[in-house]
Amino acid sequence: MKLSIVNYGAGNIKSIQFAFQRLGHKAVLTDKPEEIINSDKVLFPGVGEASSAMLKLKQSGLDVLIPTLKQPVLGICLGMQLMCKHSEEGDTAGLGIFDVNVKRFSNKVKVPQMGWNTISNLKSELFKDIKEKEYMYLVHSYYAEACAESIAITDYELPYASALENDNFFGVQFHPEKSSKAGEQLLKNFLKL
Amino acid sequence: MAKSDNMLTKRIVPCLDIKNGRTVKGVNFVDLRDAGDPVILAKQYADLGADELVFLDIAATLENRKTMHDMVLKVAEQVNIPFTVGGGISTVEDVDDLLHCGADKVSINSSAVKRPELINELSDKFGSQCVVVAIDAKQVNGEWLVHLAGGTIPTTIKLFEWAIEVEQRGAGEILFTSMNHDGTKAGFANEALAKLSELVNIPIIASGGAGNIQHFVDTFNIGKADAALAASVFHFGEIPILELKEALFNNGIPVRI
Repeated sequence: MKLSIVNYGAGNIKSIQFAFQRLGHKAVLTDKPEEIINSDKVLFPGVGEASSAMLKLKQSGLDVLIPTLKQPVLGICLGMQLMCKHSEEGDTAGLGIFDVNVKRFSNKVKVPQMGWNTISNLKSELFKDIKEKEYMYLVHSYYAEACAESIAITDYELPYASALENDNFFGVQFHPEKSSKAGEQLLKNFLKL
Repeated sequence: MAKSDNMLTKRIVPCLDIKNGRTVKGVNFVDLRDAGDPVILAKQYADLGADELVFLDIAATLENRKTMHDMVLKVAEQVNIPFTVGGGISTVEDVDDLLHCGADKVSINSSAVKRPELINELSDKFGSQCVVVAIDAKQVNGEWLVHLAGGTIPTTIKLFEWAIEVEQRGAGEILFTSMNHDGTKAGFANEALAKLSELVNIPIIASGGAGNIQHFVDTFNIGKADAALAASVFHFGEIPILELKEALFNNGIPVRI
């Protein structure tokens, strides 16, 4: 299986590579369009700030490529947020793959949300053999609103979409690569899509 | 300010002191072939239900850096929970190297006090989510003062003012160690912790003073901590993590079990 990680210089991807390595798969870091197009599965990670990450995507033309991909694509953390319509972070226009906006948590809660929280209302093959209210590891200050494309809901200040799905596109706010056995199961499920 | 109820769990964080790529102080909580190997220990802790790990490079010399990078790489390769690396980090390059090796967060302490702009630089470049500012403080005549170099060098910097400043500069989390409580096994500095939680809006990790399960209950309920860090009580099996989490759960504290 050819597995690629979209390389646009946004954050630490080592953990994602290692997580797939533990599952016996090699994930290749690449920014080459043909390599990404010809992969069986594509991972779109990201940590850091939305507007600067979006700028990097644009500079490499990956912002045009990603929405046209036909194979299963998994956005993780900021990757998922960039796949949405718009983010309040840096007033950033996203890729518009998911029809939802990204907003900032208010100061009624500690920001960032950092740690393990539950996912529920699970509605996707991505969550096969993962139980309702399973714990996943999250670190984020912005969230996607609950919407028609939500396939998991997490509650922090308010119920929000901690995972999204639209056709072949999937996004998770949490870090499956850091979420112990449940996270591993999710990555296995993604490989089987 | 009252924080809204939510399901985010409180974290239990074992801390491993590392010297020349090996754990120090000894670890003896399960039958391990090599209790000095941080990677084996880290895996064990992850399996036992630790939520996060901290590795503190206590030698932190230049020669030692390569060894530390190798260790971080191996931990990242084999461990599926988040971990923080601290000790001797003073430049953006240091952090870049550690994150590239697979560390999730880095913890800075004395270097942030000496040059507070470092916090801004790190949070701008890597995001605040990976910047933990560790603060060692001691209460002297009623005043909490920041100490450097593992608590050995006093400063005139006030804990609460410093905490507010590190948040404003972009720290994503504060790891607060009370030098008055560290090593006493008499409980965490809950009063100071609760005040910190009131003053800043980023997560606070409580450190120093863990001796029994009730101390953890108290630091979450009274100290309002978001996470609690300890070393010896975990390393010597005095407090098994699962038992601790069950006790926290029974006390109405949200934990991942």
